[in-house]
Amino acid sequence: MTEAATVDARPVRRAARITPVSIFLWALRIAALAIILYGSYLSISSGRLSAAQWRDLFVFGISTGSVYALIALGYTMVYGVLRFINFAHGEVFMVGAMMAFYVANALATTTLWTSSPVVSLLIVLVAAMATSTSVAVIVERIAYRPLRGAPRLIPLITSIGASFTIQYLVRGLVGPSTKAFPRMEQLRGTTEILGVVILKSQVVVIVAALVMMAGLYLFVERTRTGKSMRAVSEDPETAALMGIDVDRTIVKVFAIGGAMAGVAGALWGLVFPSLNFFSGFLPGIKAFTSAVLGGIGNIVGAMLGGVSLGIFESVGPSLVLAGYEIPAFSQLKDVVAYAALVLVLIFRPTGILGERLAQERT
Amino acid sequence: MLQVTDLDVFYGDAQALWGASVTVGSGEVVSIVGSNGAGKSTLVNAIMGILRPRRGRIVLDDQDVTETPGHRMCRAGVAIVPEGRRLFPSMSVEDNLDLGAFNRVARAHYEESLQWVHTLFPRLADRRSQLAGSLSGGEQQMLAIGRGLMARPRLLLMDEPSLGLAPVVVDEVFDVIETVRDEGVSVLLVEQNAQMALDVSSRAYLLAEGRVVMDGTAEELAKSREVRDSVLGL
Ligand SMILES: Nc1ncnc2c1ncn2[C@@H]1O[C@H](COP(=O)(O)OP(=O)(O)O)[C@@H](O)[C@H]1O
Ligand SMILES: [Mg+2]
Repeated sequence: MTEAATVDARPVRRAARITPVSIFLWALRIAALAIILYGSYLSISSGRLSAAQWRDLFVFGISTGSVYALIALGYTMVYGVLRFINFAHGEVFMVGAMMAFYVANALATTTLWTSSPVVSLLIVLVAAMATSTSVAVIVERIAYRPLRGAPRLIPLITSIGASFTIQYLVRGLVGPSTKAFPRMEQLRGTTEILGVVILKSQVVVIVAALVMMAGLYLFVERTRTGKSMRAVSEDPETAALMGIDVDRTIVKVFAIGGAMAGVAGALWGLVFPSLNFFSGFLPGIKAFTSAVLGGIGNIVGAMLGGVSLGIFESVGPSLVLAGYEIPAFSQLKDVVAYAALVLVLIFRPTGILGERLAQERT
Repeated sequence: MLQVTDLDVFYGDAQALWGASVTVGSGEVVSIVGSNGAGKSTLVNAIMGILRPRRGRIVLDDQDVTETPGHRMCRAGVAIVPEGRRLFPSMSVEDNLDLGAFNRVARAHYEESLQWVHTLFPRLADRRSQLAGSLSGGEQQMLAIGRGLMARPRLLLMDEPSLGLAPVVVDEVFDVIETVRDEGVSVLLVEQNAQMALDVSSRAYLLAEGRVVMDGTAEELAKSREVRDSVLGL
């Protein structure tokens, strides 16, 4: 009730007191930093990888990371308006990828696939977006809206249930087999941009993700609907008094989050062309991690968090783990992703851009 | 223009309002005075559609708005300056005002309303791109009132607008209430600062423990024992 009053009294920065906990935290931070720096020094000085190989890892990280970022937007925007983590969002991504696969497969048998690749890709993207958006909106309607006002743990648990439900519905519909996304001739091989050699498929992924994110950012900042979303995420009761239909705004948030996840699903197929009903799980968890990394609830944070996580897990194993001669280091990228999360959080507990969490509404 | 009859409001099983009846005429300032916990906010929030009354009727002109939810009330011509201001602190002053005019009717008069609010509160014009949360307490209250006026209300509900403000700023708030009334907006004013509220009001109600225990002209209430005892603390 007294939100304005708490803002009025600006948070007073407490004088830093030295406690055993803070000493421990600092020791932890210094140790972590030392391990990373020394490992990096070892691997760079060993010369195991050439500059070009490092760059390839980096670019690969950016392209996977931008897919994480697109998915992370859905987690962070839903968290913004409802203050709960929608664990079914990974499945929203998966159904988009699944639809992308079927549409791409159908198109691949026509001449359109080879004669106009851009049109084909657009059709695939739109189909994936439409599917993910519909699923996200349906899940909101039947699984979350009836729980509005319930303690936040309840929709959280429901979202895990929704997640399994979607997985097994898709398994029932398309079977458990792993599907191979059709290749596109025009996306094979590499191209050169500003003197850097990049896989064509990665260029498409990065460009498409950037366009979607820029579009979303402008939408949220500039449009009336975007403004109503920001208002609802700051204070839903007051937003309603301004004439904003909160339920409708929440549906729009789910729809937009779903659309982004759908695009991510189609793009995922271009980078990792194998897919089954369980394929939403890991990217979903990674995207959730990205959202936390960037500061949950913060849209730009989700974008930064996704790209950073992609880079960490792509470059990290070769950079840090290889330096210590850890065997099979490249299989440890998932471990690196979570280590990166823990590291960022011990330096910045609110995530890269998260400040609002501290003054979270109750 | 506003007619509230026999309102019972509950929080779960706890009753907070017993048969409250209040009317506000056109172009009139009416105040509800009463001590802390008397049920003043409960009454205002029930009128605004935030709380659903269990019994009673709320009629606005000829329209029954008893069941109308909060997000429809502004279209019906009612705006609220909530208790504790409830601004959107990490949005700009301009965005806050813009949100006040979110409904379709107000949107059509946006430029006009903005001009009006800027004339009433020149400081808001100077600070339009500043974040609402960075304003001083007084400025925040001005913004909350300005945001309410952006909705072009026929009836403005104000819940303790003077709470926690410096005396100079309190005077300014009450000046604005009179200006707004002179421009034809009816005001239902909730205050613990009964003295000042009664000064700007034509009629008033005394609320105690969820019941309207007295009503009459502002002068009558200002002189009455009950008001003196329960709110003026004389
Ligand atoms: N959200 C709530 N839940 C339960 N009881 C409430 C709530 N808000 C107010 N009350 C109770 O209703 C009564 C009236 O409160 P309120 O209308 O806020 O009083 P006032 O605005 O006059 O100070 C008080 O006894 C208060 O404890
Ligand atoms: Mg109150």
